Amino acid sequence: MTFAHPVRAGLIATAAGLAAMVGFADMALAQATAAAPALVPNKGDTAWMLICAALVLMMSVPGLALFYGGLVRAKNMASILTQVFAIVSLAGVVWVLFGYSLAFTGGDGALTPYIGGLGKALLRGVDANSTVPTFSNGVVIPEFAYLVFQMTFAMITPALIVGAFAERIKFAAVFVFVLLWLVVVYFPIAHWVWFVPAPDDVAAAAKALAAAADGAAKTAAQAKLDEVTSGAGWLAASGALDFAGGTVVHINAGIAGLVGALIVGKRVGYGKDLMPPHALTMTMIGASLLWVGWFGFNAGSNLEANGTTALAFVNTMVATAGAALSWLLAEWAHKGKPSLLGICSGAVAGLVAVTPAAGFAGPIGALVLGLIVSPVCLFFVSTVKNTFRYDDALDVFGIHCVGGIIGALGTGILVNPALGGVGITDYANFAGNNAGTYDVATQMLAQGKAVLATLVWSGVGSAILFKIIDLVIGLRPSVDAEREGLDITDHGERAYNM
Amino acid sequence: MKIVMAIIKPFKLDEVRDALTSLGIHGLTVTEVRGYGRQKGHTEIYRGAEYAVSFLPKVKIEVAVPSDHVERVIGAIVGAAKTGQIGDGKIFVMSLEHAVRIRTGEADADAL
Repeated sequence: MTFAHPVRAGLIATAAGLAAMVGFADMALAQATAAAPALVPNKGDTAWMLICAALVLMMSVPGLALFYGGLVRAKNMASILTQVFAIVSLAGVVWVLFGYSLAFTGGDGALTPYIGGLGKALLRGVDANSTVPTFSNGVVIPEFAYLVFQMTFAMITPALIVGAFAERIKFAAVFVFVLLWLVVVYFPIAHWVWFVPAPDDVAAAAKALAAAADGAAKTAAQAKLDEVTSGAGWLAASGALDFAGGTVVHINAGIAGLVGALIVGKRVGYGKDLMPPHALTMTMIGASLLWVGWFGFNAGSNLEANGTTALAFVNTMVATAGAALSWLLAEWAHKGKPSLLGICSGAVAGLVAVTPAAGFAGPIGALVLGLIVSPVCLFFVSTVKNTFRYDDALDVFGIHCVGGIIGALGTGILVNPALGGVGITDYANFAGNNAGTYDVATQMLAQGKAVLATLVWSGVGSAILFKIIDLVIGLRPSVDAEREGLDITDHGERAYNM
Repeated sequence: MKIVMAIIKPFKLDEVRDALTSLGIHGLTVTEVRGYGRQKGHTEIYRGAEYAVSFLPKVKIEVAVPSDHVERVIGAIVGAAKTGQIGDGKIFVMSLEHAVRIRTGEADADAL
C-alpha cells in the first residue's frame, strides 16, 4: 500500500494516532510501521501548532513587554520595551542559526544526554517535508511547525529574566548576556528536559518489555529499551514530568533573574525613593495578553490537537482563575484592599504553576494548584524580599521561580490518577518502565531532581556570565544615567512625549 | 490690585470657575501642583510594598482683581471649593504692583 495522496495519508495517520489514544496501540504501531516512510502530518494539527507559535510570540511582544513596562517608572519604559523586543528578535536569529540544533538533535556520543549537536545548524536538512513525532504514537507534525513553536519558547524565557534587574542595567550588557545565556543555559536545559529522539520506538520497546515473559526475553527487551532511551535528554530519561516548561522556562528564568538582581545590585534609591508602577493599565493589558497567549504555550505543548490538548487548555483556564482570586483575597485579607496589581500578579503566578502540570493534572487538581501558588508567591514578593533586601524589581524570582517550583513539585502529586491526574503515560516515564503505574516517592524524586538541576545549572551558569560581562563591558550605567532614566541615556528617546 | 491665589481640590476647579465667572471675573490661571498640609498623604500598596505618598495632587488658581473685589472673590472661592473635609486647600492674597495687557498696552485696572 502506498500513500500517493497526501490528504488520505494524513487521514490514515490520524486514524493511527486516534487508535493509539484509545488504547489500540498494537494496531497503531502496525500501521505506523507499515506506513513509516509516508507518515504525513494532519492538517488540523499543523494549523493548531502554527497558531500556537503565534500565540506564544504574543505573550512576549506585546504581552510580557507591557506587563513589565507598566511596572517600571515612566523614565525606564522605552528601556524595558526595547530589551524585551530585542531579546525576542535575538533569540529568533540564534535559534535558526544553531539553537534549534543544540536543543533538539542528538549530540556527540557521551554528550548526547546533555547537549545536542550541530547537525541541524542553519536548519540543514529541515525542509517542508520533514516531520517530527508527537506524543501519540504514529502522529507527526511538520518539523517547521515544531521548530517555530519551540523558537517562541527560546524567545520568551530570556525576556522573562530582565524584569529582575530592570531600570538599572546597560542595554549592551543585557544583549550580550542573553546571547551567551541561551547557549550556556537555555539550549542545554531544553535538551535535558524535552529531547526524546524517537518516542514511538520508546513506547514500542516499553510495551515489548511489559509483554516479555521470561528472564532472557526480559533482559533483551530491557536492553532494547535502554538503547532507544539512551539518546534522550537526561532529565527526560529520568522520568521528570514537565508538560510545557515549568523547569526549562520558569525556574530557569527565575533563578537567573535572582542571580542577576544580586550581582547587578539594587537600584539607586531602593528602599528610600518611591518606585511605584507607572501604568497599571498597561500591566493589566500585558497580563491579559499573557493569559490568552498561554493557551498556545500550554495546550500547544501537546504538539497536536486532541483531548489532552483540551485538558491542558482547561487546566490553564482554571488554575489561572483560581490563582488570580487567591492572590486578590490573600492581599485583601492581609493588606485591607483588593488590588489590580494583585489580581494580575496572581494570574501570572497561576499560569506559571500550571505550566508543568497542564497536560498531567486534572482540572480540579489544577484549581487547587492555582489556589495554593498565589499566597506563597505573595509571601515571597513581600515578606521574603523585604527581609533579605534583594531588589528583584519586577519579582521574576518571587513569581516565576517560586511559582515554577510549586508547579513542578505539584505536577508530581497531581499526575496521580487518584487525584484526577492522567497517570504516567508511555512516553512520559519510560526510565522505570512504569507506564500505567504511579508511585509518589519515585515521581517526587524525579521532579525534585529536575528542579535542583535547573536551579544549579542556571544559577551557577548565569552568575558566571554576569561576572564575565561585568568585567568586560560593565553591567551598570553610571549613577547619573540611572537617575535620569535609561530611556534617554541608553536609547536616546522617551516612551512618552507629553 | 491684588492677586488671589488658591490651592484647591482638583475636582472643585469647575465649580470655582463658575462662581468666579458669575462675579464678572473673566481671567484665571490654573496650575496642577502637588503638596501637603493637614491632610498629609495616603498609603499605596504594590505587591505588599507600602509607599507613603506624602504629596497630593492639587490645583492652584491665580486671579488678579481690583482691591475692592477681593472679599467677594474669596467668598466665591470658599463657597465653591469647600467640602468640609481636610484637604480643601487654602487661599493667599498678595499685593499686585502693576499689570499690562500685552495686546493693547493697557495698564493696571484697565488690564484686568
